[in-house]
Order: sequence, then C-alpha cells, then structure tokens
Amino acid sequence: MRTSLPIAVAFISGLVLVVAFFFRDDSLIGSLRQEFIVWLTIIGGFTLLLGVVSIVRVSWTAVKRRKEGWFYKILTLLGVFAMAIPAVLPVSWSPLFGRSDGTIYDWLFNYMQSPMMSTMFATLAFYIASAAHRAFRARSAEATILLITACAIMLWRIPMGEAMLNMIPGDLPSWLNTYVMGGANMAVQRGIIIGAALGAASMSLRIILGIERMYMGKG
Amino acid sequence: MSGWEIFQVWLVAFLTLALFSFMYKDNPIYRIAEHIFAGLTAGYQVGLIWDTIILQQVWVPMTSGQWWVVIPGILGMLMFTRFSSKYSWVSRSSLAFVMGATAGIFLISELHGRVLPQIQDTMVSLSGEGGFGATMLSIIIVIGVISTLIYFYFSKEHKGALGVTARVGIWFIMISFGAHFGYTVMGRVSLLIGRMQFLIEDWIGSFI
Repeated sequence: MRTSLPIAVAFISGLVLVVAFFFRDDSLIGSLRQEFIVWLTIIGGFTLLLGVVSIVRVSWTAVKRRKEGWFYKILTLLGVFAMAIPAVLPVSWSPLFGRSDGTIYDWLFNYMQSPMMSTMFATLAFYIASAAHRAFRARSAEATILLITACAIMLWRIPMGEAMLNMIPGDLPSWLNTYVMGGANMAVQRGIIIGAALGAASMSLRIILGIERMYMGKG
Repeated sequence: MSGWEIFQVWLVAFLTLALFSFMYKDNPIYRIAEHIFAGLTAGYQVGLIWDTIILQQVWVPMTSGQWWVVIPGILGMLMFTRFSSKYSWVSRSSLAFVMGATAGIFLISELHGRVLPQIQDTMVSLSGEGGFGATMLSIIIVIGVISTLIYFYFSKEHKGALGVTARVGIWFIMISFGAHFGYTVMGRVSLLIGRMQFLIEDWIGSFI
C-alpha cells in the first residue's frame, strides 16, 4: 500500500498524459489531460508552500533553542509573515491587503525584495570576475578559446566595443553573430539539448514504469 | 521629495549597501539583510500561491460548481504530512502524481518538441544552395553537434577517432561557454550599473 499506491498513481497519471498526446483536446482523454495539468499546477503550488513552511519551522526551532545566529532567524520569520499575512488577508478588510498596487505586499516587493534581488545578482558580477581570473590563469588551449570568445562577445555587446571591432577589416561583429553565436554556440546548445532531452525522456519512462522510485524517499 | 519618499530611498540604499558589504567580508549587517531577503522571498511565494493557485485555481472553480478540484487540493494538503515521521508516507501519492504527470508531459515534450526538431534542423542540405557562407555554417553546426554529443558520451573511453572528435567537441563547448560567460557578465554588470545609478542619483542625490 505504502509503495504500490504511489507507483500506481505515477503510472496512471503519466500514462494518461502520454496517451492523450495521440488524441484531440476535445476527446475524453484530452479533457482529462487538461484537468491533470491543472491538478499538477495546484499540487505544485502546495509543494512550494511546503518549502515555505519548512523555512518557518527551521527558523522557529533555531529561535526557540537559541541556536547560533538565532537573532537572524527572527528577521527571516518577520520577513515571511510581513509579506505573507497582508497578501492573504481579504482586500475587503483594507485596501492595504491583497497583492495589487499600493498594498503592503506590493510595497515590500518594490522597496525591499526586488532591490535586494537585483543587488544579489549584481554582486555576482564581482564573483564572476574573480572566477574568470582563476579560470584564465590555467594557460591551456581550452581556457584561451574561452577567454577570446568571452572578450569578443563582451566587446561586441557594448557600443564602444562594437565600434572598436568595426575598425578591424572583415566585419567582425557580423562574423561573430553568424559563426560564433549562430554557428558554434548554436551547435553546442543543440548537442546539449539533444543529450539532456534524451536523458529526461528516459528518466520519465523509468518514473512512469515505476523503476525510478527515489522520489518516495526512505521508509 | 516627501519624508516618506526619503525614507524609502534610504531603506533601499541601506539594504543595497548591506548586501554589497559582503564583498569586503561576511558581517552582521550583511547577514541581517540576507535573512530579511530570504524571509521576504518566501513570503512573496506565499502571496503568489495564495492568489494564483489557492484562490484562482481551487476556491473560485470549487465555489462555481467544479467540485473535483478539491481532489488536487486534498493531494496538495497531504504534502504537509512530510513533517510527520509517522505519516510521511501519505505524501508519497501526491508526490507520485506530480512525478508521474511531469514525466508524462516530459516524455512527449522532450522527444517531440526538442529532440526531433533539433535533429531535423541539424540535418540540412550541404549542397551549397544558400551560398558558401550558408554551407560553411551548416558544416560548423553538424560538426559541432556531433562532436558535442560525442564529448558527453562516456560509455567508451575517449581514445582514437572518438578521442579526436571529443577534443573538437571541447573546443566547440569552450566557444559556447565563452559566449555564455560574456553574456552573463554583461547581464550582471548591467544590474550593477542599475544599483550604482540608484545609489549615486537617487540616494546621494537626495541629500546633495
């Protein structure tokens, strides 16, 4: 029961979505497919909530047991509740509740979450530069190819760099666009996509047939 | 600028500088901002799921007669049994539905929507109909795809012809990674410019 029911559920849900591909959307199985996709979105949403509940539990336990850095966990909890509670309270109670413009949720997003997210990604610019420095110190042919391509692309994508590249005879920006981006880069992306897609398809088949059961965990 | 607007600018400036302070070293100010950010991001997800999933996809359809949406609602709720060591097995069926349905979608979409079109686009005529440039491009793509696939083929040792092809594959991969690296740096630097513009124009500009 504990193992066979989930395997049966995975088999039936997977099979319906595979078989439905060969039928029209307005057929019975086509409708079932549409319904299953909605169900998938709903359960997926709950799965994300599970993650949030997990963060709250871990943070609360750390605060309760006065673990190292418990003070910071209070800030995490405050952040979660400050953003979540006004968002779920009915708009009829106050115009500050809900998710539309001018709400607490909207203000916290615009003046705290969004700027911090941009800053986090901007910080990565420095770490990328540091990683590049280490990568390019490896004086191999591969590292040199990577360095030359990266520099050429970065120059090409800024107006001053493009003007500099245009000074070199042979229309280098157009060559970069055609042969590097549309040629070598596209070929590698295609190779990776084909390989990854074949891997994903075979893994999907293993899940549907009940061979792959890692998602069930232990017990 | 009103008092409230000044407060908003100073708050964003504080949070921005607090996060940038990590570049010097890990410090309490950075950790305060980091934990606030983690909490707000989790809270943002709650608001989003509440509105787009629970209200719009469960509550509204259910109250308008589509009673069967209660099934995924219950399956979703069962996910929370994972927090109980005794009943965590109950969540397996919900997870199995997600895994099975996702696998069903992927099996078709990956093969029909990605593998076949990519192979079809790679197998193009090399007869030179589009001119020398187009033929060269097609040759580059064919060699690049085959050598990349061979580089990622680990069932046989990369020796002899296989080794040479895999070596060509590495060069192609390095060109592609270089291009991606360049684009990533550009993206991150443009974000950095945005933050710097805010600090210089909005924040410093507010008191000069």
